[in-house]
Amino acid sequence: MRFKAELLNAEEMRRALYRIAHEIVEANKGVEGLALVGIHTRGIPLAERIARYIREFEGKEVPVGMLDITLYRDDLSEIGIRPQVRQTRIPFDITGKALVLVDDVLYTGRTARAALDALMDLGRPRRIYLAVLVDRGHRELPIRADFVGKNVPTAKNEVVKVKVEEVDGEDRVELWEREEA
Amino acid sequence: MLLIKNVTLVDASGKRGPADVLIGEGKILSLDGGEAETVIDGTGLFLAPGFLDLHAHLREPGQEVKEELATGLLAAVRGGYTDVVSMPNTTPPVDTPEAVRALKKKAHALSLARLHPAAALTQGQEGKALTEAGLLKEAGASLLTDDGHTNEDAGILAAGLLQASAFGLPVAVHAEDASLRRGGVMNDGPLADLLGLPGNPKEAEAARIARDLEVLRYAVRRSPTRPHLHIQHLSTKRGLELIREAKKAGLPVTAEATPHHLTLTEEALKSFDPILKVAPPLRTQEDLEALIEGLLDGTLDAIATDHAPHTQAEKEMDLLRAPFGIPSLEVAFPLLYTELHLKRGFPLKRLVELFTDGPRSILGLKPIHLEEGAEASLVLLDPKERPVEPRNFASKARFSPWAGWVLGGWPVLTLVEGQVVHQALE
Amino acid sequence: MRHLLDFQGWTKAQVENTLDTARVMAEVLERPVKKVPALQGFTVATVFFEPSTRTRISFELAARRMSADVVSFAAQASSLQKGESYKDTLLTLEAMGIDAYIIRADSAGVPHQATRWVKGVVVNGGDGRRAHPTQALLDAYTLLEALGTLEGRKIAIVGDILHSRVARSNVELLPLLGAEVWVAGPPTLLPQSLPGARLTPHLDEALAEADAVMVLRLQKERMEAGLIHLQDYIAHYQVTEARLKKAKPGAFLLHPGPMNRDIELEGTLADSERSLVNRQVRNGVAVRMAVLYHLLVGREG
Repeated sequence: MRFKAELLNAEEMRRALYRIAHEIVEANKGVEGLALVGIHTRGIPLAERIARYIREFEGKEVPVGMLDITLYRDDLSEIGIRPQVRQTRIPFDITGKALVLVDDVLYTGRTARAALDALMDLGRPRRIYLAVLVDRGHRELPIRADFVGKNVPTAKNEVVKVKVEEVDGEDRVELWEREEA
Repeated sequence: MLLIKNVTLVDASGKRGPADVLIGEGKILSLDGGEAETVIDGTGLFLAPGFLDLHAHLREPGQEVKEELATGLLAAVRGGYTDVVSMPNTTPPVDTPEAVRALKKKAHALSLARLHPAAALTQGQEGKALTEAGLLKEAGASLLTDDGHTNEDAGILAAGLLQASAFGLPVAVHAEDASLRRGGVMNDGPLADLLGLPGNPKEAEAARIARDLEVLRYAVRRSPTRPHLHIQHLSTKRGLELIREAKKAGLPVTAEATPHHLTLTEEALKSFDPILKVAPPLRTQEDLEALIEGLLDGTLDAIATDHAPHTQAEKEMDLLRAPFGIPSLEVAFPLLYTELHLKRGFPLKRLVELFTDGPRSILGLKPIHLEEGAEASLVLLDPKERPVEPRNFASKARFSPWAGWVLGGWPVLTLVEGQVVHQALE
Repeated sequence: MRHLLDFQGWTKAQVENTLDTARVMAEVLERPVKKVPALQGFTVATVFFEPSTRTRISFELAARRMSADVVSFAAQASSLQKGESYKDTLLTLEAMGIDAYIIRADSAGVPHQATRWVKGVVVNGGDGRRAHPTQALLDAYTLLEALGTLEGRKIAIVGDILHSRVARSNVELLPLLGAEVWVAGPPTLLPQSLPGARLTPHLDEALAEADAVMVLRLQKERMEAGLIHLQDYIAHYQVTEARLKKAKPGAFLLHPGPMNRDIELEGTLADSERSLVNRQVRNGVAVRMAVLYHLLVGREG
């Protein structure tokens, strides 16, 4: 793979997440009944940060859960490599909540679809929002994000890499290009 | 008339030649060539006396689904055997003179290997009442045995040895203590423990051989003529030691070992393939080495196949239910030629002896020396190597633990009294 | 691994990976909707040549919780001998498009044999005396839940070791996780050796300082075969509160079930706080879900 460009640096990432945090509170008209659910792997630290920002400017705690969608993927009968399943830990009852699903990149929409199915099996939320740091287009399902850090038009052979401090040691979003074989 | 030119001769007295062997009137007419309609180039090949198998389950009558005389005896000649002793554990068991005669007649008509039926030692092989040894002998029985079963009643075995001795018939025994082996399906020991298979302990064989040798001692003391006890398919080092001591003490005992006990060990059972289920079971490397030593020092008198065909379906059952037995008539000689002679330097003349004069002497037949006037029941062997291909077996049991093994020493021509009964020359 | 036959050749990492997945599955089983779509489109067959309702139900539930289709085939091996063979049975199922076969048989090696006949994945559901790998995995899972780690822990397995596939599989598996495994039973019911385990005919020696005790079921057949005397067994091998004083305080109790109360185990112990029996059963489903997921989905990443 070949590096093409930096899409967001650490400061831009912080600002984007901060803005998303505000938009969420605004859309929900406060933090009442609000909860965040991060999708493994990088959606989790992003959700935690958004919760932190909300706490900073609202002074209120928003609960955060983590969701693994592996068992809800629609390609398990076809893939070559078995994905590692990870813990789903949602330490609150989602029924009646306004949930914000948080992920790093929105692409085909299949992960979001799996996450929606997984959440439905856990209870009956009042509504579900979708927040993503990067929307790179190329949807294969009728899914859109409610909160977007940055819209990036991409080609299919490009890869958006989101790096977060907690997992990768730095905050940065990069665009890479897959070499054609 | 048939002339085999430039062929190396090998029999119990050793390797000679090359010679131009002229065959006619059922005999070897000359070793110096002569006029013949058919001439075979024997360059690079060995000519040996036809083999005698002391122990084959040909399954007729009653179990033709596994094997019949026509397929079993064809398998025999393809394996270089000109003479075969068939086991009597058929359905019903061969325990009457009529049954022996019927088998002999049917086999004769096939014009393949010559059949020397063994007859049951006890009626119905039930271990209770003796069969008519004298009449069986006159009908053509070669030996008496309840093989397929063990002889649990020592008194009946003693009586059988005494009775048979009057007619010069050997009594052959499957020496395993059934109460000690219980439901064992493989050699008892750490491997059976690991694989979770019921073990058949080596002591079950040794214990029974020890008992049978005492029974023989008793029969020798009581009989005015000489009884003859033959121990079948010896599998353990300890059993071998007991026979060695008994022979040293002058007891009239002989013994055989099988191709599978001489080339396979219990390790093969790790595949859980019921083809390998056999009684007595495949043992350890130590036992295998001891058996080879026994072949060399004369403790063992013969290599006998214990050819035991079953249907494919029976051998695709599980290890508890699949029947015991391995078919080997077609591979026995190439297998041992390759594994013992070629790989271990086992002397060829002794190996040939164990297929010819060794088993012949147990039946009271004369040794065969390849010379002018000798009976032309012969086998021509090709050292060229090729793999074992069970799907091409003449036997109905088209499976083999040696499938794919690359062997030399394949019989390419088998003659019975000068008649070609098998021919696979290129 | 392509099939689960036993633990020969397994590494510690493979075991831990499987148990990690099982922990996720256990969480799924706590949800309001105890079902995930992971194995949608896969068909799992339980092929039981030896009856075992518990194990079959556990596997079938595991498969259903993962949204696999499940078919179940049961036949006595004795009836197989007359008509269809194992091979015919399996090839018939193969023609119906089965992806995984859970095979239970009373003879060692049948699942191994099956791998030569079918293209699908084979899971050993217990074969004769040889192996019962999912039982051992659920035992390991349950022990880890109770003890935190098996590193340096002493586990005693008590009873008819010779005829026990549960004992064999645990003896293969638990040492991979660092446990010291002792097996104890009457000499007629002990094997000559079992790599990975210390053998003793003295129950107290096995129980001494043990962190957990696994009690095996004593089959009536052993008495019938004259291998042991029941009263002698109860007197010397029954696991009792009094005998457990030799073990670590609070040592846990496991039993693969079904239990003969007051034969291999003092009846009241089964319901005591020490007993992990119900957790074993519950964990069985999660472990089997993990095994199916690992065998059916992709290759190891």
